[in-house]
Amino acid sequence: MDLFAAQILQIVYGISNLALISLGLAIIFGMMRVINLAHGEFLMLGGYTVVVATNAGVNVWLAMLVLAPLLVGVVGVLTERLLIRWLYGRMIDTLLATWGLSLFFIGLVTSIFGASTSTTISPPLGPVRIGEYQVSGYEMFLIGVTLALLLAVWLTLRFTKLGLVSRGAMQNAEMASALGVSTRRVYMITFGLGAAVTGLAGGLLAPMTGVLPTIGAVYIAKAFITVISGGAAILAGTASAATLLGGVNGVFTFLTGPTFGEVAMLLAAIVLLRLMPRGITGSIFRKSL
Amino acid sequence: MTRPGKRAEIVVETRGLSMHFGGVRAVDQVDFALRRNELRCLIGPNGAGKSTFFKCLTGQLTPTAGEVTIRDHPVAGAEPHAIAGLGVGIKTQVPNLFDDLDVHEHLWIAARRWHPEARTRQLVSQTLERLRLGDIRREIVGRLAHGQRQWVELGMVVAAEPWLVLLDEPAAGMTHEETARTAELIREINKDATLVVVEHDMQFIRMISETVTLFHEGRILMEDTMEAISADPRAREVYLGHRA
Amino acid sequence: MILSQDLRGTAILCGLAALFTLIAPGFLALFTIITLTQVIGLAILALSLALIWGYGGILCFGQTAFFGLGAYAYAVAATNFGDASVSILIAMAVAAAFAAALGYFAFFGRVSDVYFAVITLTVSLIFWALIRRTSGPEYRIGDALLGGFNGTGAPPLNLPWNPSGFLFPEQTFYVAMGALILAYLFCGWLVRTRFGRVCVTIRENETRAELLAYDTRLYKLGLFSIGAAIAALGGVFFSVGISRVTPDVFSLQQAALTIIWVIVGGRGTLIGPILATFALYFLTSSLGGQVLLNTNLVLGVLLMAFVLGVPRGVLPSVMDLGARRRPTGRRGRRRPRRAAPAEPAE
Repeated sequence: MDLFAAQILQIVYGISNLALISLGLAIIFGMMRVINLAHGEFLMLGGYTVVVATNAGVNVWLAMLVLAPLLVGVVGVLTERLLIRWLYGRMIDTLLATWGLSLFFIGLVTSIFGASTSTTISPPLGPVRIGEYQVSGYEMFLIGVTLALLLAVWLTLRFTKLGLVSRGAMQNAEMASALGVSTRRVYMITFGLGAAVTGLAGGLLAPMTGVLPTIGAVYIAKAFITVISGGAAILAGTASAATLLGGVNGVFTFLTGPTFGEVAMLLAAIVLLRLMPRGITGSIFRKSL
Repeated sequence: MTRPGKRAEIVVETRGLSMHFGGVRAVDQVDFALRRNELRCLIGPNGAGKSTFFKCLTGQLTPTAGEVTIRDHPVAGAEPHAIAGLGVGIKTQVPNLFDDLDVHEHLWIAARRWHPEARTRQLVSQTLERLRLGDIRREIVGRLAHGQRQWVELGMVVAAEPWLVLLDEPAAGMTHEETARTAELIREINKDATLVVVEHDMQFIRMISETVTLFHEGRILMEDTMEAISADPRAREVYLGHRA
Repeated sequence: MILSQDLRGTAILCGLAALFTLIAPGFLALFTIITLTQVIGLAILALSLALIWGYGGILCFGQTAFFGLGAYAYAVAATNFGDASVSILIAMAVAAAFAAALGYFAFFGRVSDVYFAVITLTVSLIFWALIRRTSGPEYRIGDALLGGFNGTGAPPLNLPWNPSGFLFPEQTFYVAMGALILAYLFCGWLVRTRFGRVCVTIRENETRAELLAYDTRLYKLGLFSIGAAIAALGGVFFSVGISRVTPDVFSLQQAALTIIWVIVGGRGTLIGPILATFALYFLTSSLGGQVLLNTNLVLGVLLMAFVLGVPRGVLPSVMDLGARRRPTGRRGRRRPRRAAPAEPAE
């Protein structure tokens, strides 16, 4: 029974991990129809912020929860102002330009910090016992943080003025600007927030995975297929896709090992897209956030 | 204008055709029949459902309910290429063209679908002449004026020699002179083909039509000649709104 | 509309290429010849993407999936069957079959362009992840060990009639250049057939092509499969050059480079991306030697600069400059896509 609970928790962690790394991308894609191929690098930058700051003596929680999202948020705003905004409506060009940005960041970080990490930091929470089994306390914490983050995003979209304005601009940009909303500012803030969420995720994951300039590549495929499988709705899409794909991954990893777990996840995504070409929330939960 | 014989077969038919978008009934239980060699115009105010109905015929939309038959082939929900493959020429409301290709290529691609190389070349030449597109045959279509683009699209339709032609607003955005030429072309096409034309331009319709189908709120309100419809108070109400 | 349609231009190009092929081993070092064979493989990969993307409008971020499949399939087949010619055909067939399956899902399922692009990248990355984990002796196909992240040996080419008549590097180079020239001519011919011309119309306006009674899904499927076979051919030469194939053929960097070559070289052309591959390869090699400018950094800046400033790539822009000097440009030009208003594009 305890083993079962521990394994279920593993799968739940996998699902929440998928949601955590995908949420920022989903915000940007859901709001602006921009696919940010530098997403993995935003995660990487968040991770580096935490590692570098912690090694410089900053409290690890401060680094993870404040510094990482702040820094990457600023990077996001700059990216939007300098790169993305020239390319609205040009989806393929946005993909290509953000791919260039991704390479640029990898190159930049490699130039500054070298190709491998100097030191890693260990998870700030120890193991937790469930009966006879131990699970990572930090993983449990991350599950909680992910849920809290999803809730925070939902509350923002649903109840704040920014959220309302953003949703309006997302649905009908022309109408929103006719009503006096500066869509430019909305996009800038949205991109910045999406980046900040991503930076937070990257920072939180740094103790788990370590940081390398190229670590973005590990995340990028999973984040993409989650967002694309999820469809246009930010929260419902991410949550449903993460649950489905993360669940498939978790179950198959348990049965056959991580390699085939990933393959199964990919196949599941491909089949899903064949059945629902606009993602889950393109076909069901269509009006949700 | 050819008068359809009383016994001419029915070539396009819909039964109980409906198209709903969420709660909106764009097309509501429409029964429609078209005979061979007819030239039928579909009219109605904005939002009446004519273009939606049209798209159900071309396969661009899958009807929510009902049947569509083209020459006894059931085509409701069929792919557009399958419907076009029955010999149907289609011109859409917003011109659908290949902006980076020249006029000649447009006609060639249209004709080559049905004929081998030699006959295709013949048809392309003929069509260029017929639509007086010869001078601009090497022009990139993306750079042409709106009226010329409409004609290129008509040219594509004509070059394929279809037996059924569906046109959505062929005269949209045209000058008076262009409209008259288009009407002439349509009457000419009608000599060999059956036509359905969706239009707004009343003058244009008068130039070409025999029977006109008036749509209103997703249904067919009336089907008669243009004179009869113009005289009918119900039709006027539909266009001018309800007088309090 | 592009250089290759001008027959005289094509003949000149091929003549130059043939000349280069013949004289190169005379004045270039052996190591350079071997490297060149690899770059030829990469150029064939670029050509395949130029075909399906530039002419067919099929944006595939993961063309490396077929490139790598071809390389590995060749290595496995040649190790098992001992004959290079058959193995090359097998490699191309495997890639084409896989592309057909993937394409069936995508094109018949009406998956959108953008999604498709990312899915193909994901496939390539999954191959990369999978192959890297095949290090143990149990991971084998017939006699061929897959070798994990170290990769596996790719047997050298042999004469079709003599299984032990292995080719020297210079001879492999000749075959590679021959393959590149043939592939280029094939693509040039293909885009002028009815099939190719229909594919171009699908790129321009798929709806209109459908309304003209063309089943666009089939055309895309066909073109995509042909592109995969060509990419696989590139993979073969990339690996026989150094007699090795590693999982890096599937990597994100390789996938990015392929896109970059096509963008920089010119998306509407066939020769542009080929030339860009050679140019950029030697540029990044010379950069790789020094410490100041990181390769990724340069590539990233290059990509961003081109997307923002020169969206059509070098060759079309250069040709444009040439055409503007002539009073009547008879050739059609690719115009940059008009930016649509920022509305949700599904």
